[in-house]
Amino acid sequence: MNTIQFLDEHLFPGQLGYFLTILSLVASLVATYSFARAFFSKEISLRAQWEKLAKIAFFIESVAVVSCFVVLFYIIYNHLFEYKYAYTHSDKNLPYQYLLSCFWEGQEGSFLLWSFWHCVLGLILIATKKKWGDSFSGVMMVVSFVQFCLATMIVGLYIFDMKLGSSPFTLLREEMSWPILARPDYLQLIKDGTGLNTLLQNYWMVIHPPVLFLGFASTTIPFGFAVAGLLKKKHDWMDSCLPWATFSAGILGLGIMMGAAWAYESLTFGGYWAWDPVENASLVPWLTLVSAIHGCIIYRKTGASLKLTYLFFGISFLLVLYSTFLTRSGILGDTSVHAFTDLGMNAQLLGFLLIFVIPYFVLFFVRFKHMAEPQKEEAIDSREFWMLIGSLILFLSAVVIISITSIPVFNKIFGTKIAPPEDAAFAHNQVQVFVAIIIGLLTATGQYLKYKGTTKAFLVQKLKMPLLVTIVITAVVYIFVGVAFKEKGIGFEGAIYVAMFAAIYTIVANIFFWMTMQKAKLKSAGSSIGHIGFGMVLLGILISSSNKTVLSWNTTGISPLRVESGKSPVGNPRENITLFEGISTDMGKFMVTYVRDTFDNLDKRFFELKFIEKETQAAFFLYPDVLKNNKGMEGFSANPSSKHYWNKDIFVYVTSFQDNSKEDTTSFKPNQMAIGDSIFYSNGYIKLEKVLVNPNASRPAGTNELVLQLAVTSKEGLKYTASPGIVLEGMNLQSNVDTVKAQNLVLSFNKVIDQEKGTLEIGVKESSALTNLITLKAYEFPFINLLWLGVIIMTFGFGVATWSRASKLKEK
Amino acid sequence: MKKTHIALLVLIAAAIVVLISYTGDLSSYETIASAKQKEGKFVNLIVKMDKSVPVQYDPVKDPNLLQFNVQDSLGSKISVVYHNTMPTDMEKSERLVLKGKVQGDVFECSSIVMKCPSKYKDNPNAMQDQPVTISN
Repeated sequence: MNTIQFLDEHLFPGQLGYFLTILSLVASLVATYSFARAFFSKEISLRAQWEKLAKIAFFIESVAVVSCFVVLFYIIYNHLFEYKYAYTHSDKNLPYQYLLSCFWEGQEGSFLLWSFWHCVLGLILIATKKKWGDSFSGVMMVVSFVQFCLATMIVGLYIFDMKLGSSPFTLLREEMSWPILARPDYLQLIKDGTGLNTLLQNYWMVIHPPVLFLGFASTTIPFGFAVAGLLKKKHDWMDSCLPWATFSAGILGLGIMMGAAWAYESLTFGGYWAWDPVENASLVPWLTLVSAIHGCIIYRKTGASLKLTYLFFGISFLLVLYSTFLTRSGILGDTSVHAFTDLGMNAQLLGFLLIFVIPYFVLFFVRFKHMAEPQKEEAIDSREFWMLIGSLILFLSAVVIISITSIPVFNKIFGTKIAPPEDAAFAHNQVQVFVAIIIGLLTATGQYLKYKGTTKAFLVQKLKMPLLVTIVITAVVYIFVGVAFKEKGIGFEGAIYVAMFAAIYTIVANIFFWMTMQKAKLKSAGSSIGHIGFGMVLLGILISSSNKTVLSWNTTGISPLRVESGKSPVGNPRENITLFEGISTDMGKFMVTYVRDTFDNLDKRFFELKFIEKETQAAFFLYPDVLKNNKGMEGFSANPSSKHYWNKDIFVYVTSFQDNSKEDTTSFKPNQMAIGDSIFYSNGYIKLEKVLVNPNASRPAGTNELVLQLAVTSKEGLKYTASPGIVLEGMNLQSNVDTVKAQNLVLSFNKVIDQEKGTLEIGVKESSALTNLITLKAYEFPFINLLWLGVIIMTFGFGVATWSRASKLKEK
Repeated sequence: MKKTHIALLVLIAAAIVVLISYTGDLSSYETIASAKQKEGKFVNLIVKMDKSVPVQYDPVKDPNLLQFNVQDSLGSKISVVYHNTMPTDMEKSERLVLKGKVQGDVFECSSIVMKCPSKYKDNPNAMQDQPVTISN
């Protein structure tokens, strides 16, 4: 019995939230059932009745999901820390724009987001019902059932000791066993939440998840069409499905690349793509969806490749579910840096996957022999033949990627201990570069092929110009940009060159195709624009990755005393360089100075770095920052900063920093020296080279000055000079110390010991508290803007295709 | 047989070849003892920090040299050299996944994946231990 009266709790939003999740669960079940009855009933009046009921249920469900969304946002926005979700995902200091990121930091919120998009898409389907023909109630049945499954994920009910879902509306005191939570006034004691993970405090994290989840949610619709088609053995849904499929591929692609942009801007692996399992899991459905779109087009034009189209559409959605399982079950643990942690829902997640996989494949194989393919063989010079090859290659490339990504699953099932290869990214790159070559060549040439067959003369005539232009542009790119990537041997380097040609060919041939064959009409431009964008993405990836250079290449620490046998065993690193505050450091093409650092109101610490290009003396500033980690983690997370040029990015991030906060307690150690003598300090030696008498002509009258010229050589072979001195004014002696900050040395000229022998006393102080320093990495990414521009153009192409195909439906 | 079927089979065969050749590159998770026996071979170690030996990192001398000691669940220990900066939070993490090779007495590490009490997302188990600041 719980009789404690807790003070200041706001229980109503949570209770409302619980009610709404249960309402959405029930309503989606009713909608699924009613849409199914409508779909299968043969009587028109009965079908209309079921459809009406189903629509009401779906509408109620949508209202429930949207309200749930609002309630949860209300809880986060008002910092109601009695709720675990608000406590664990937000804090009071968070700027408003990141409150939405809190929402999808947790699994529950992201499920809700996914569900929200299904509602939006479902309502659009209902509003435009007439266009979708008989498939309508079948598609809605599938959407409603997916909604039901998603609702179980956030309902948080216990059924026979089994936890079903994890509710975002649980109270902190229900979930935690901290002693203070038993106190009636515990809310007085909980001052603030644990905050949003610092890595997610980035504007891309506000927009990337909604776009990605819209992409995920939209794959449900083509899947629904495919299910409906298989159930009814009617394959006339392809026209209706195509705009949904192109929309889905466009949004999913955009969402994935926004994630890449986030990784580029806020993660510090120095790039936009790392073949991380989480990235792969979202890329793979996109690849199969593109295969599906092409399969679908082939079927509409020729009646061929029906089975593959069903397979591709089905598997695209199933791979979305599989990626959900991979990223949320914690199974990726050791291989991915950014998977969700295990919420104890693995069984349920697996169930969510299997409840779609098994029935779909059973249905697919039951219908397999009923799916007639034309008897006539595709001609080898026909468009459909090569489109099919392209789709198959994309599909198999997806199979290869997901197989490699699934190693942890394999380990789990078979108890093996297989780990990724030494260079996991290269293992992918060496395969995918060939996929890029073939796909590039096919998208370019394929546009000029005709269905059923093409004459050679036609092809030669049409391809002459595009090929010529491609060769010229490629030659220019080879000469002026080239490939700087030599580490993996001549074979891979050659493949990159060929892939560059293929990418340029894709761009050029599709521009020509649109200008000449399609008469530059926008309505038919979807595929050309999409392919141009795809070519640019490929070219941008190839150039920026193969020419990425490390600017902060560091040769200190490679001691001349240490004999290195050939290459370092670790390969390349040594990419960090140390900058001392106020000291200009040589970094390849630039001289870089760590000028100062400042904090903003969120405790973000910005380092001001001044870059001066040696050749042009042009200066610019970069401000990489670090933010103190939250959630019980020590340390800092670093955010890179880049200088964007039209043709390259200079990309910098801080890898560690050290403050001059320690008190300086060391004292000067006196040393006797004569000219030409050397003394050792901890990291090298100091040589007295010269004593200058009155080197400064403009000294005040009556003063004499002695300045020492000291040469400091560190163990690493770095040379510095220091010139401590003394100024004599009558009997007054003033000592001017000098420092070698990079070696933490303070040097003073104490006195002359024996004028005749020329022995002097020099004070040496080694202090670790001398200066602030940072270590950083800097890269140059050439032509990375080509990649981002390509993404925008490709998305635009998918948009045009969606618009033109959807408006054709209206005309029917 | 249709040409498309031949193409299909050829492509599937290619995909299988790719996957099989990939398995040749795969590495494995090892214990420190078994990694020592496979000197020079690229392996993965799952270990935790050996806190009895201090971590050595001095960016003033060399920002690309980190030395520390680790031990695995069987209790064997090894010292690690990592030519990079010290990852933040390394000393706090419960578990490290090190990739690299044993060279002589040391493990030459090429990458470190950290498993922190709350690495990326909140972890309910870690939350249980988290002290709450009480200010009366």
